[in-house]
Formats: sequence, structure tokens, C-alpha cells
Amino acid sequence: MPESGEVRWQGANIRSLGEEYSSSIAYLGHRNGIKEELSSLENLRISAGLAGFELSREEAANALKQVGLAGRENLPARFLSEGQKRRTALARLVACGTRLWVLDEVLASLDDAAVQLVKSMIEGHLSKEGIAIVATHQELNLSAGSFQRLKLETGIPSSAGAPEHSS
Amino acid sequence: MSDPSTLSMFRWIVTRDLTLAWRRRADVLSTLIFFVIVVSLFPLGIGPETQLLRSIAPGVVWVAALLASMLSLNRVFANDYPDGTLEQMLLTPQPLYLVVMGKVVAQWLVSELPLVLIAPLIGVQFDLPPETLFVLFISLLIGTPILSLIGSVGAALTLGLRGGGVLIALLILPLYIPVLIFGAGAVDASIIGVSPQANLYLLGALLAVSFVFAPWATSAALRISLE
Repeated sequence: MPESGEVRWQGANIRSLGEEYSSSIAYLGHRNGIKEELSSLENLRISAGLAGFELSREEAANALKQVGLAGRENLPARFLSEGQKRRTALARLVACGTRLWVLDEVLASLDDAAVQLVKSMIEGHLSKEGIAIVATHQELNLSAGSFQRLKLETGIPSSAGAPEHSS
Repeated sequence: MSDPSTLSMFRWIVTRDLTLAWRRRADVLSTLIFFVIVVSLFPLGIGPETQLLRSIAPGVVWVAALLASMLSLNRVFANDYPDGTLEQMLLTPQPLYLVVMGKVVAQWLVSELPLVLIAPLIGVQFDLPPETLFVLFISLLIGTPILSLIGSVGAALTLGLRGGGVLIALLILPLYIPVLIFGAGAVDASIIGVSPQANLYLLGALLAVSFVFAPWATSAALRISLE
């Protein structure tokens, strides 16, 4: 929820949308949102189930394969490296068909191959009429047709609704 | 409320918390062992004076149950806070009320139900007659869900604070007083040969009230803590 102003989803304020909005957004922030005690497969099925997407074991394993975790599905997440934990979290985005992805520093702690994977994931998502909002400190050059880059600099609001006294 | 996705989400939360509890069995067992040891210390310390033991039994068992539930309450939300899973739960399309209910139900099953089941066995140390043991069991069965429900409010309020463990006790223990009075009162009544019904009904009323209001208050507290 914004501190001031309003955020609109398909023309309506998100405060009044509730469920309709929250079922079309997938958020991935600094913290992966996975439990160390559970395996990747369990983590994925549970987080998808909570978001309202029932995944069978096969569907979940398939999504994990797509993010390069084949063969590690049943390993408890505490045995995975940071990058692999990140991939587990990314598998949720692949598995749930949400329209809007909000990714905060998604490239942190990922190696080059994984960065490529994230890029191709976002490109694939965009090609399927998806929307992705990505906040990042790294370069993320997408080959997709339409993307906007907003450069936010400290102290200077660069959005259209900048307060007048900033000059 | 009977929407299938709503129910399945509730089921996912409960299964998830039960699986996690199973993977961390030591945490769960420590609550139970704490309860057993605290209750057992009294007969050992006081000696074999059956009359005295009988009269203190309701209070001792109930106070031990309150303290044991304090131990496990810290973990309800605090374990899910640092790794971001709680944040993800707040973003789910289903009402937060349901997330809270699911977590409270799982906490009760894991941490409180074993206490309820073992209490009649422990009561034998206090030379309680069988019908009193049964009343003790029933009073704990009705009373401990209230502890979980009220406790979840404190757990949500102290989320992410340093020294939250002590703070939660200060916040919640005063609210436990009515449960303690009626719970121990029911057992007392049965010892002196009066019907414990009145006390049990009052416990039931407390359960109904906290069932309605506590998850709602917990949801509000969670929103504040995670903002």
C-alpha cells in the first residue's frame, strides 16, 4: 500500500480491489520466502498453494526443472546454496500464472547463468502478455519489445508526480 | 467462507506448520517436557501430604499450562518472519483472518494438545480422583485454545522486537487470568464435590469470544508489525 497517492490496477484503486488484485500479483523481495526445513518441492507446492494455485508433484517438479533445480527437489533448503534458494523462489513465479510480477533486487546472489535464466524468464513472461516490475542495481537488458527504464536517483524523485518544491 | 480455494489455503497453512513442527520435533517436545517437569516439582517439593496436594493441584496444573503455552507462542510468527514466508502469506488473496486461524490451529495441535492429553496422567501425582481428572482434561481442552488465540495477538504485536519473549509474557499473562480462574475453578469445584458446569460454561463463552475477536486483532497486529 502506498504512503501517499494511489496505485491503480486495471483502472481501479488497489485499496478497493482486494482479492482480485492480490491474486494477480506475485512478489519476490530480498528474502526468498522459503523454509530451510522444507525441500524445494515442498516449499514450492506450499507457497503456490497459499497463493491459490494447487500444484501436483509433477507440475512442481517440472517448474523446478525449468529453473535448473532438477535432481535437488527433495533436498531440504538448508543444504542449498544462496543461488539455489533463489531459484526455488523463482520457480514459484514460473509455476503460478500470475500476471504481474514485482521483483525487488531479484539478481542479487545469482551467478551469470542464473542471471541469464531470470532474463529469459522475464522475457518469456512478457511475451505472454505478462507485466513485470523489476527493481535492480545490476544491468538487465531485455530483448523484449516494450520495456521502460526508470532511473531513480537518491533524493531526487524522478517520477512524473515529483513534488514542486524539489526545484 | 466455503469457497474451495479458501478452504484449501487453510489446509495448506495447517499442513505446512505441522510439517515444520515435525522437522523441529525438539522444540515441540521441550514445551511438553517443561510442563511435565514443572507440575512434577510440586509434589516432590511439598511431600506426600495428600490433602494439601489435592487442594493445590488445579492451580499448579493450570499455571504450568499457561507458562508452557508462553514458551511455544514465541514461535508462532517469529519463525516465519526472518525468512520472508510471513510476508508472502500476507500477500495471498485469501483473508488474513484465515492465515491466522490456520497458524493458531496448528500451534494448538502441536503445542497444546499434548499437554491436554498428558494432564490426567500428571494429575495422578496429586492424588486426584478419576472424575476430577476428567474435569481437568475437559477444562484444559476448552481452555488451551483460548490460550493459543489470545497468545497469537501478543505474538503478532511483539513480532520483530528485541526481547519479545519477555514482552509477550507481560502483555499476555494478565489476559490469561480469567482462563486461569475458570479453568482451575472447574477442577476445584469437582474436588469439593460441586458441579463444575458453571465454570466450564464460562470457559466455553471465553472461547467463543476469543475465537471471534482474537484472529481479527492478530491480523491487525501483523499488518502493523510488517509495515
